[in-house]
Amino acid sequence: MSRVVDVLVVGAGPAGLAAAARLAAAGAGRVEVLERERTAGGVPRHCGHPGFGADHRGRPLDGPAFARRAVRAALRGGAVVRTGVSATGWAGPLTLDVTAPTGLERIRAHAVVLATGARERPRSARLVPGSRPAGVLTTGELQQTVRLFGPSGALRGRVGRRAVVVGGEPVTRHAVRTLRAAGVEVAAVVTELPRAATGFGAVPVLTRTVVAELLGRGRLTGVAVRGRDGRTSVLRCDTVVFTGDWIPDHELARARGLAPAPGTRGPVTDGAHRTVEPGVFAVGNLLHGVEPAPVAAAEGRAVAAAVLDLLAGLPAHATGVPVVTAGPVRWVTPGLLGPAAVPLLVRPDRRLVRPVLTVAQEGVPLRRERLRGELVPWRSVRLGPEWTSGVDPAGGPVVIGAEECPETA
Amino acid sequence: MSVTRSGPLPTGREAEYDVVVVGAGVVGCAIARALARHPLRVALVEAANDVGDGTSKANTAILHTGFDAAPGTLEARLVREGHRLLGAFAGEAGIPVEPLGALLVAWDEQQLATLPRLVEKAERNGHHTTRMLSADELRSREPHLGPGALAALAVPGESVVCPWTTTLAYATQAVRSGVDLHLGCRVEKVRTGDPWHRLVTRRGELRTRHLVNACGLHADAFDALLDRRDFTVTPRRGQLLVFDKFARDLVRHILLPVPGPLGKGVLVSPTVYGNVMLGPTAEDLDDKTATGTTAEGLADLREQGGRILPALLDEEVTAVYAGLRAATGQEDYRCAAHPSLRYVTVGGIRSTGLTASLALAEHVLGLLADCGLEPGPERPLAPVRMPNLGEAFPRPYRDAELIATDPEFGSIVCHCERVTRGEIRDAYASTIPPAGPDGLRRRTRARGGRCQGHFCGAELRALSEEYGRGAR
Repeated sequence: MSRVVDVLVVGAGPAGLAAAARLAAAGAGRVEVLERERTAGGVPRHCGHPGFGADHRGRPLDGPAFARRAVRAALRGGAVVRTGVSATGWAGPLTLDVTAPTGLERIRAHAVVLATGARERPRSARLVPGSRPAGVLTTGELQQTVRLFGPSGALRGRVGRRAVVVGGEPVTRHAVRTLRAAGVEVAAVVTELPRAATGFGAVPVLTRTVVAELLGRGRLTGVAVRGRDGRTSVLRCDTVVFTGDWIPDHELARARGLAPAPGTRGPVTDGAHRTVEPGVFAVGNLLHGVEPAPVAAAEGRAVAAAVLDLLAGLPAHATGVPVVTAGPVRWVTPGLLGPAAVPLLVRPDRRLVRPVLTVAQEGVPLRRERLRGELVPWRSVRLGPEWTSGVDPAGGPVVIGAEECPETA
Repeated sequence: MSVTRSGPLPTGREAEYDVVVVGAGVVGCAIARALARHPLRVALVEAANDVGDGTSKANTAILHTGFDAAPGTLEARLVREGHRLLGAFAGEAGIPVEPLGALLVAWDEQQLATLPRLVEKAERNGHHTTRMLSADELRSREPHLGPGALAALAVPGESVVCPWTTTLAYATQAVRSGVDLHLGCRVEKVRTGDPWHRLVTRRGELRTRHLVNACGLHADAFDALLDRRDFTVTPRRGQLLVFDKFARDLVRHILLPVPGPLGKGVLVSPTVYGNVMLGPTAEDLDDKTATGTTAEGLADLREQGGRILPALLDEEVTAVYAGLRAATGQEDYRCAAHPSLRYVTVGGIRSTGLTASLALAEHVLGLLADCGLEPGPERPLAPVRMPNLGEAFPRPYRDAELIATDPEFGSIVCHCERVTRGEIRDAYASTIPPAGPDGLRRRTRARGGRCQGHFCGAELRALSEEYGRGAR
């Protein structure tokens, strides 16, 4: 079956739903959201903790509440949200092959918004050596297990009794809390970082420590860890949760030839979220693993303007000068800068105290400014459009760098 | 025909067999299947809780032509015959095979000098289609190859195959044709006798007139139960890296190393699942259960792989594993009939066991006849058609007709590998259902992809509990 829609959004997480809500409400025509999971809402569905903004009375929202509101907003705007529907590949420009229980479809759209999100790297992608026992998972799998089987005894039987959690970011904290709420003892948090995020309570946090080997046949019996002194010790546990280390789920983008950017591993876009493929846009954590749901949703809303321009017949693919990183900067988005000044999202590689951020083009400094406070590797800093106002759209690559303040050494 | 996994074994006449095959790897399953063509009572007995749970599940998944086997050996003959037999059976049974052909790439003068000797060896093994490729021809066939390749030997016919489906197809056909499969049933003692040998397991005793040792890595230990000490099996570990499907476009052939004084080298090969495999290491160990990977092993593989196919290292790693090959210090199989014991040992089946399996089975039937087995007339085996796990063949999620008749095939659960609810349900309803998530992966690919369960792990567990009555 072949159909044509105005806008096809792939992924019903915060970014995709926000894009669909805004576009449908703005009269973009038929706006259809495809979600491969059985319910819409994306990752926040599994995150039973605050940190997802607030409702109109200022009460903090947890993940599931945020997800419900996002779905409601998209539906209220007039978007069609289809769940259990998988976009499996491209049949041609702006045309996706889709598998659903109702059959196969080929959907052509005037604009495609990719909002496929990100995943945590599993143990294998992190090249952690050792055996391949049961009891090795990511935060995502842990949280979905809680959602499916309930938080108490059922989970304990299915997850384990004593866990080691790998990572030192806020998501690590959520994994620890999820485990503890389920009655699973957390033996330790293990992180390569010299300083971890806070909020782990009484759980010992081993910094500058790597997982050297997984042990156990059948079921995990422990993890060997190597500390900063180079010595290896074994932490007994039957469960290990690998947290963070996100990578965009960029399969559809790459299948259309959109190469992943070196820093983010997401497709390159301009400041309006246009990719280099005409009519194809990308938003949310597909661009950068990962930002909080409200940030992803804001990107979803922001794409609407460029999509509406496209539907009105204006040029539809990204152009501009590339934006690259230097020094202790892991990534920057957008990857292309057009004539209009736009904000940048910059992620440091490591903790930086009162760093000086720099923007330069062809060796010429455009802006140089000391930031207050500190940057941490699990949080981005947003640089306002004034940072890119002097960029020459016909010039060479724009380099975003950071210099550390000497007193932090 | 029955499949048991736990509880007491049958007793009385039910526990009496004409032949018991011990070891349900690819070789044992092939032997059981060959025996099932005859009016015999046959049991296939396995210590693990699934078929193909040892060497057969963790190998390089190549259907060899045998061009480089030691000419004149049993292995050379059985690999050549097995290649033909398995190629034909794969078509019937729905086992994915892709005849990509191999390229042996020479990276230095010494390797270059070795290639003509390999051509000659191939000729002696009956393979007359090998061809030398110049550096330019090689580059046009494999544009992503690293710098420095001097030439290559092309070996048509070398193929990639699904080792999981192969083993399962043999076992399924055997069981459907009347063989009893007892899993989770380690043989701890053998009390030899006439006319019955008694096999003591923790789940009870089996009696058999004839006995086949297809214990792979443990073939020497099983021989010892019958006081035979003809060889020792040394586990040779092979660590392997499986790269993301995005790496698949980087390589068109099986890239084999040219053997040399510095070791065998590693191969880079597409898999039938659409990934690219890099490995194996070759480490002689003492521990027959040491299937763990090591930091050194993985770093070494990445270094070698990066020279062969530099862009490979930019791709994500989907899976990391290690398998153990059964080395016996002899460049051939160790197959022997022991007529006085009515016992056949099938040992030292090294990395070519998957390819040779069907020919080995025929060979073992001959050895059993030497031990006095009269198999009786042949009859056709029950037909078998396995679910397709290969990317090169139609899969349920793209099958409009199938989805129209059964919408469960339109409901994708494992998104990375595009495995549907219908396939998971069918795996649990199959002749030999999975015993846990690993078994489910080998039957469907579920959870075998780049996310390794990040997205689908919880739901797969729920489905496994629903369809498999709490199997975990």
